[in-house]
Amino acid sequence: MRRLYAILVGAGLVYMLFAFLGTISPYGNVNLSDRVSAHFLAKDVNSVDASKWVSGDKQIPSKMKVFGKKGFEDGSANVVTSIVVNYRSFDTLGEVTVLFASAVGVGLILGGTRRMRYGRKPNFILRVSTGILLPLIILFGVYIFVHGHLTPGGGFPGGTVIAAAVLLLYLSNEEFSLNMVVSKSLEGSMGSLYVIFGLIGLAVGGAFLFNFLPNGVVGSLFSAGVVPLVYMTIGLKVGSELSGVVAEIHEEREG
Amino acid sequence: MVYAISIILIGIGIYGLMTQKNLFKHLISLSIIDTAVNIFIIATGYVEGGKAPIYTKSLPNFAIGKFVDPLPQALVLTAIVIGVGTLAVGASLLVRIREKHSSIDVENMKGVEE
Amino acid sequence: MSALIWLAGGIMIVAAVFAVEAKKILDAVIAMSALSLVSVFLFIAMRAPDVAITEASVGAGLVTAVLLVTLFRMKGGDDK
Repeated sequence: MRRLYAILVGAGLVYMLFAFLGTISPYGNVNLSDRVSAHFLAKDVNSVDASKWVSGDKQIPSKMKVFGKKGFEDGSANVVTSIVVNYRSFDTLGEVTVLFASAVGVGLILGGTRRMRYGRKPNFILRVSTGILLPLIILFGVYIFVHGHLTPGGGFPGGTVIAAAVLLLYLSNEEFSLNMVVSKSLEGSMGSLYVIFGLIGLAVGGAFLFNFLPNGVVGSLFSAGVVPLVYMTIGLKVGSELSGVVAEIHEEREG
Repeated sequence: MVYAISIILIGIGIYGLMTQKNLFKHLISLSIIDTAVNIFIIATGYVEGGKAPIYTKSLPNFAIGKFVDPLPQALVLTAIVIGVGTLAVGASLLVRIREKHSSIDVENMKGVEE
Repeated sequence: MSALIWLAGGIMIVAAVFAVEAKKILDAVIAMSALSLVSVFLFIAMRAPDVAITEASVGAGLVTAVLLVTLFRMKGGDDK
C-alpha cells in the first residue's frame, strides 16, 4: 500500500515536471542572445545598460576580441572561472561560508578526541603505493587550482583532490591523524584573505571584490588579475575544510 | 532527452524517500536527487554543437552559438561542493542517532514516541 | 552520441533503482557511487569539463568515503 502511494506521488511529480518542460527552451536549442550569458561570453558586461535589460530590450555584444591579445575585460581564458571568481564572486563568498558552516557543524556534532581504528592491518599494496602516489596527488590538486583560469578546473576540484589525498593517508596508516590546529588556522586565514581581497578591491576600484590587478595577456599563466590569487585561496580553503571533515568523521569520543 | 533522464531520477529519489524506513537510504535518495538536479541545470545551458566555454587559439573570436552557456556550469560547480558538506552533516547526525536510539531504522528506534 | 547518452541514462536509472531498493546498505552506497561516476560522462557530453572534474573527484571519492566511514562506525547495526 505504501509503495503504491509512493509510486502515485512520484509519478504525479514526474508528470508535473514533464509538463513544466514545455515552458523552457528545448534541449540543445538555446538562443544565447536571449540570455545575459552572451555578455559573460563576450566579456563586455560593463557596457550593458541595465535599465534596457529591465525594460526587455535585448542588447547583443558586437565587439570581437582575439585570444592572445590584451584588452579583455577580465583576462581569464576560462569563462566559467571568470564568472565564478570575478563577475559573480559574491555568490562564491556565500558558498564558501556555507561550506564553513557545514564543516563547523560536523565538528560540533561529532566532536571526538580519539582517532577511530579500523581494527585491521592496512594492505601492503595500499601502504607502499600511498608513499609513491601522495606527492603526485597533491601536485595534481595544486596544478588544478593554479591553472584554474586557463584550463578546466579551479579551486573547488583542486581542494577536493587535496582532501582525497588526506583520506588516502587516513586509510593507509592506522596511527595518522590530521593536525587540527594547522587545518583550522589555514582555513580561517584563507577565508579572511578572500574578504581582504574584496576589501582591497573596494578601496581601489570602488566595488567589493573588484579586479584591481592588471589583466595581462589572455592565455599566459600570470594574467587575469586577482583571479588566480582568489582561486588559490579558495583551493586551500576548500582543501583544508574538506580535510577537516574527513578527519572529524574519523574521530570518536573517549570510552 | 537529458531532461527526461534527470526528471526520472528525481522521481526515483522521491519514491526512495517515501518508501524506505532506513535513514541511511534517505541520505542516499537525497544524494540521487542532488545529482539529478545538477544534470538538469547543466542541460538548460547546452547548445547543440557548442564547445566548452574556454577561449583557445582555434576558437579566438566571440560568436553567439559557438559556446555553451557558462552560467549554469558556474552555479553547479559550487552546488556540488556544498552537496558534500551537507551530506557530511547528515552522515554525522546519523552516527549520533545510532548512538542515542540504538538504530537508524525509523520503526525500531528506542525512546521515540509514536 | 544520442545512443550513448541514452545508454548512460539507462545505467543511471538502473543504478538509482538499485541504490534505493538494495537490501544491504553497502550495495546501495556502491550503486550511488556508480551513478555519480556515470553522470560525469553526461557532464562531458554537455561540454561542462569544470563540472565533470569536480563531480569525478567529489562523487567517486569523498561522498563514497564519507558514507562508507559512517557505515563502518555504525557496524553491528540492523542492516549488517
